[in-house]
Amino acid sequence: MRVVLAEDLFLLRDGLVRMLEAFGFEIAAAVESGPELTKALAELEPDVAVVDVRLPPSHTDEGLQCALAARRARPGLPVLVLSQHVEQLYARELLADGTGGVGYLLKDRVFDAAQFVDAVRRVAAGGTAMDPQVIQQLLSRHATEQPLGALTPREREVLELMAQGRSNAAIASQLVVTERAIAKHTSNIFGKLGLPVSDDDNRRVLAVLAYLDQGR
Amino acid sequence: MTRLKNALTAGAQGLYLTIFSLVGSIVLFVFSVLSIAFMLLGIGLFTTPVVLTAVRKYADAQRARAAAWSGVDIPVPYRPLPAGLRGGVAGQVERCTLMLKDPATWRDLQWLLVNMTAGTVVAILAPALLPLYTVYGLVLALGVWKPIHEAGGGEWYAFIHVTSQSTANQAAALGVAFFALGVLVNTSLVRTHFLLARAFLAPTPAMRERELARRVDRLTETRHDAVDNSAAELRRIERDLHDGAQARLVAMGMDLGTIEALIETDPAKAKALLAKARQDSGEALTELRDLVRGIHPPVLAERGLGDAVKALALRLPVATEVDVELPGRAEAPVESAAYFAVSEALTNAIKHSGADRVWVDLHHGDGMLRIAVTDNVKGGAALGAGSGLSGVERRLGTFDGVLAVSSPAGGPTMVTMEIPCALS
Repeated sequence: MRVVLAEDLFLLRDGLVRMLEAFGFEIAAAVESGPELTKALAELEPDVAVVDVRLPPSHTDEGLQCALAARRARPGLPVLVLSQHVEQLYARELLADGTGGVGYLLKDRVFDAAQFVDAVRRVAAGGTAMDPQVIQQLLSRHATEQPLGALTPREREVLELMAQGRSNAAIASQLVVTERAIAKHTSNIFGKLGLPVSDDDNRRVLAVLAYLDQGR
Repeated sequence: MTRLKNALTAGAQGLYLTIFSLVGSIVLFVFSVLSIAFMLLGIGLFTTPVVLTAVRKYADAQRARAAAWSGVDIPVPYRPLPAGLRGGVAGQVERCTLMLKDPATWRDLQWLLVNMTAGTVVAILAPALLPLYTVYGLVLALGVWKPIHEAGGGEWYAFIHVTSQSTANQAAALGVAFFALGVLVNTSLVRTHFLLARAFLAPTPAMRERELARRVDRLTETRHDAVDNSAAELRRIERDLHDGAQARLVAMGMDLGTIEALIETDPAKAKALLAKARQDSGEALTELRDLVRGIHPPVLAERGLGDAVKALALRLPVATEVDVELPGRAEAPVESAAYFAVSEALTNAIKHSGADRVWVDLHHGDGMLRIAVTDNVKGGAALGAGSGLSGVERRLGTFDGVLAVSSPAGGPTMVTMEIPCALS
């Protein structure tokens, strides 16, 4: 799987390259600025891009803007965005086109190599990887409102993991229950929220995220 | 040709100014004198501010015309009324006293007197020279002198006694001379009228000096506040770093040392310590992130004020509508002050007042950044010491910004802020 990586801090870029290579990824390019990223994304056609939000030369949200522009040029181009801080505002912009293949994680998440690599693979496959902090922010705003308030604590837990982009199997192994049990929780949640049940994992995640973000 | 056109325009302007000066000045002067006299009876306390405001508006109209017609710039000398004047009778008395204490008020009244006399005379000369009197001289020469003379009217045209065709012709010739004079001096006459106004309506050097002194006082005060604020901020940051991230890094280093010693003798314990070290590093990062957000929020650096406030609103537990109309970005210190001001106003609305709906409006116009934070609480907010808003007011003061709170009983509460700044 070919990766384009954009990160301006040398130590972090180097570490990410080593980690991804250790897990069998091929690094097509590891760049350090916005213009280089745009060029690499257009020319190398990677399977997934891992991009830092803040990049030189402007040191604003240049990485995010490059990624969004690349996705407009090539809809569905898988992009995993990393940042020192996560903002619902940026998550919404990444999710706006509704095509999936989007990840948005705190840089801290690279501490857990296995989970981070799983997120990269998920995004590359067209799935979603949203940082738990983003999901918690979304959930906490609606916590007391109906119908979210009507969820059982377990269902809330499942919803949280589901919104992060995890599959039923992944949620089951994290919560140490059977996949069947998770499937049951999932259909209960969708019933309570009034969302149409879908077998497609990606569609399911996007529906939940759109639901949580509505009216904001 | 343009000279003639200018002179004719000045003639028309002079006619307008004559009527405007005569009627306006007399009416306003009479009302002002009556109103001030009636203060003894009490009624004057309520009418005087109204009348004096009308006088100021009238003078402002004169200022605007002076700039537009003759390029005469007349600065405004009035002292600003303090924000947050009380309502009711007490506030009215206070307003009346403040206005009467302003020397500019008395100079306005002097100007009304001058304007209705000398001002009017100067203004009327322009239309008289050109075209009115010229036309009159020609009309006399065309034969109109005759019926007037026969009816027994001993008609004088300036210094010429018109009793025959020849004297009427002289009057016409004099009229043509007036015409030439009008072409030469009409614009200067209108200008003189405005210069006369400037002598009374512009601030005197003494007034300007007092104004400057007041401004220096205010700058000194806000600079002290700014220095105090930033010193306190630095102390807070130092303490947060010292007790937070720094302490965690020390703990992590210690754990790593222990792990090094244990890794061969007790691998299980070493593994447990590694997990703890990783957790510590995560917590140190979280603390640093929160600290950074408190110093300069990342979205503010990346996107500017509008998006930073939007991102802030998304973090709040209540529905917040943000309306942004900023065609560019302000300077970083202004953006930062405005951001924290909005943040404080929002915290105030939600935490202290218990609002469940908030509206934020940000826009820029006339060199001012204007911010309004409105909530749906049924009134009761004030610029109290504990509200945090007084701190915001001081902080905005550094940028000559102002803050006002309107919180009528029955709601809604609205905090408005204005900061003079340019966008780029």
